[in-house]
Amino acid sequence: MAVKFDLNEREVWDGNYAASQALRQADVDVVVAYPITPSTPIVENYGAYVGNGFIDGEFVMVESEHAAMSGCIGASAAGGRVSTATSSQGFALMAEVLYQASGMRLPIVLNVVNRALASPLNVRGDHADMYLGRDAGWIQFGAFNAQEAYDLALCAFKVAENHSVRLPVMVHQDGFITSHTAQNVYPLTDEKAKAFVGDFVPVDDMLDFSRPVTYGAQTEEDWHFEHKAKQHKAIMDSMPIIDDVFAEFKELTGREYNRVESYDMEDADVVIIGLGTTVETARVAAKNMREKGVKAGVVAIRCFRPFPYEEVREALKDAKAIAVTDRSSPGGAMGAFFNEVSAAMYTSVNRPLVTGFVYGLGGRDFSIEEAERIFAEQQAHADAGHITTDIQQFSGLRGPKLGFFKTARG
Amino acid sequence: MAITSIKNLKEFSTNNDRFEGAHTLCPGCAHSMIVRELMNCTDDNLVISSNTGCLEVSTAVYPFTSWDTSWIHIGFENAATSVTAAQVMHKVRKKKGTLKDNDAPVKFVAFGGDGSTFDIGFQWLSGAMERGHDFTYICLDNENYANTGGQRSSATPVGAHTSTAQAGTHSYGKKQKKKDIVSIMAAHGSPYVAQLAPNKWKSMAKGFQKALEVEGPCFINTVSPCCTEWKFDPKDTINLTDLATDSLMFPIYEIIDSHELNILYRPKNIISVEEYMAAQGRYKHLFKPQYRHIIDEVQKDIDAKWDLLQRREEARL
Repeated sequence: MAVKFDLNEREVWDGNYAASQALRQADVDVVVAYPITPSTPIVENYGAYVGNGFIDGEFVMVESEHAAMSGCIGASAAGGRVSTATSSQGFALMAEVLYQASGMRLPIVLNVVNRALASPLNVRGDHADMYLGRDAGWIQFGAFNAQEAYDLALCAFKVAENHSVRLPVMVHQDGFITSHTAQNVYPLTDEKAKAFVGDFVPVDDMLDFSRPVTYGAQTEEDWHFEHKAKQHKAIMDSMPIIDDVFAEFKELTGREYNRVESYDMEDADVVIIGLGTTVETARVAAKNMREKGVKAGVVAIRCFRPFPYEEVREALKDAKAIAVTDRSSPGGAMGAFFNEVSAAMYTSVNRPLVTGFVYGLGGRDFSIEEAERIFAEQQAHADAGHITTDIQQFSGLRGPKLGFFKTARG
Repeated sequence: MAITSIKNLKEFSTNNDRFEGAHTLCPGCAHSMIVRELMNCTDDNLVISSNTGCLEVSTAVYPFTSWDTSWIHIGFENAATSVTAAQVMHKVRKKKGTLKDNDAPVKFVAFGGDGSTFDIGFQWLSGAMERGHDFTYICLDNENYANTGGQRSSATPVGAHTSTAQAGTHSYGKKQKKKDIVSIMAAHGSPYVAQLAPNKWKSMAKGFQKALEVEGPCFINTVSPCCTEWKFDPKDTINLTDLATDSLMFPIYEIIDSHELNILYRPKNIISVEEYMAAQGRYKHLFKPQYRHIIDEVQKDIDAKWDLLQRREEARL
């Protein structure tokens, strides 16, 4: 039995420590990991739990992130609870096997501490790694602070391991801003957390020799399409199960999570929709704008995959102008998040004006003033009844204004 | 039933095994012989992983599988990682008592071709060996990427023609020497490494059993003649293997605890490398006058290696 870990009702944890505590409480059987900034403390903390007997599971430090996820797959197929953590280049190195994990329907929980992708080399937070994973068939949760990094990691196991879901889940938090900022966190007791996550019940267990299983078969044009379609259906169908898990978590803790979070949206004309810590900045800006008479609101995506199209459309249905914020270099396209929101809103009755902002790359600070400027610009669009700027703009960039693609509706 | 009780090949060939006859490997491919022998040499449960390669694509094409045991394939490079992580999970679940049968004995085995072992999966294999997991890695060495049409790997020997090291008017084929994977694996501190061949089936079974029995990471390189890419008649696979072991192109030996080297087979009549090469289409060009010197060079190299092997055996190094 693991040594008892004493917890206070209120702890001061950063996002990394919060995530590692969730792994400890979830009684993970095997963690296979490779360290990378800024997620390294998650596995270092886990190493400390191992060194002091606070966990019963095994901790395997491998020689690369590719091997880390490969090991997670092998361990998960062997019928136990598995988790790891990574960032940025490590996430990119894992990319091949991320698809294998979801294709084999293995309920692995991956804590991703978001960081920019090189080149140029950068250790600071942006969402390039999160975007890289968006087609990998994983459920993706976004935490905006340390408490949420902890809460969502616990929820992630419960969603992933639900036998109707059986898909891996990523829990994202912003590098440094969340991962290295100490905040008040209210943890569950070990007993409550364990009871919430529940026992791991394996499906197609490689260690059940009464029923041999083959993992990782080949399918060509005859069956591949059906397998991928079934996998897509599984992730789309996971939405109500995610809602149920969030509801159960609220009952336990009083902390409410929704796949789409809305702030000050009751009468909002102009909206910033964002991911990660940006949301908290935008909320402060929205309050300031309301003091100036601008009806500003904020919508945040808690669940990036499966993308909540209906909930986004519902949340934004009465908005006049929406700024979609992409913290990843789009590399020759509109921002991916802009495209998702636009797709959701194109099918709405009112079809609000939608513009996109690429911002905060490589950890460039996103300030309250910047968010206020974006709100003011949205108000100008709303007043004019059409988009008055380029549809894609770069916010917070040095040098002359950079923008692309003009509206044909003005 | 384990091979220990099998007296002869006939009995072995009719043994009830866990590798089904229904697979799509080429007729004459030695892979299936080696795999069957591994699976027949123990009564324990097996968790097997495969790297991408001939064995993998020929044994698990949905909705069929040739594996009547737990089997996993992830990618080209990571069979050593997946099976060792499964082994770690087994250890944890045994401790926690969550296994279906907590006392069932289990062995963990990874298979890879030479491309995935010597080249693309080298890092994953090295990492798993270094971590000291209790598993056995078996390389099915046919000296090329046979699954994708015969490209050169770092296991391809000097002078062999492959699709990416082509013999022609300006080239005699592969120019670089074959990587000494057995020594590299021994240098990891492995308790047991060996090079074995399916023509010497009893010593192969014995080597497999040693690897499965000893605790820790074990590595075995097996010669697996490839009729398709080496270009010989499928009925001659074992004859060709005889030429490989008797010419000492593939000496049969083991290294225990990184230093105790034992030669497991000493040919009574050592044949020339030329005789071995003459039996295969991939060396055909070496018999043209302008490339004949390559055969002599390979012979010299093989002589030197055999000499070194014998000296290592004597010195226990």
